[in-house]
Amino acid sequence: MLLAKIVGTVVATRKDPRLVSNKLLVARPVDPRGKAEGGYLVAVDTVDAGVGETVLIVSGSSARMASGMKDCPVDAAIVGIIDAVEIDESEGKS
Amino acid sequence: MQIARVIGDVVATRKDAQLNGIKLMLLQPLTPAREPAGRPLVAVDAVGAGVGEEVFFVRGKEASFPFYPGAEPPVDAGIVGIIDHWDLG
Repeated sequence: MLLAKIVGTVVATRKDPRLVSNKLLVARPVDPRGKAEGGYLVAVDTVDAGVGETVLIVSGSSARMASGMKDCPVDAAIVGIIDAVEIDESEGKS
Repeated sequence: MQIARVIGDVVATRKDAQLNGIKLMLLQPLTPAREPAGRPLVAVDAVGAGVGEEVFFVRGKEASFPFYPGAEPPVDAGIVGIIDHWDLG
């Protein structure tokens, strides 16, 4: 799963019927220390996240296992809002 | 599967109900020389791994299989083994 920061919202009137009433957010992946990295992605929100929050995003077919997403055409779903990230400072890259 | 080191953990109170009771760990994939390879990621823990341990993990929907039956968590990476020892011949 990815850590990402919510940076915006997406509104689409014409879309797949199975996406109706799902909230779409723009997220940008961050490293464990909160630094933005890589491009932006659109993810469907299942936990009522908001702009500025750090979230957990599940990608690929697993996104359809998120609450209420069965058989929906999605490949990224927000499944958690991050309270804290604890890193062992002696491990991993700086 | 890929080899990684557990470098930390992640706490989320508000989350998908299927994730309740499942540990979320921060993994750093490793090269054979035990150097960091690529970006760290978040994975669920099915085997009780701890920070500092070397593990192997699966990507994709298979990461949810260890929690069947009972839960079908929406996860795309999961630790499925703790490595006692590895070397390349």
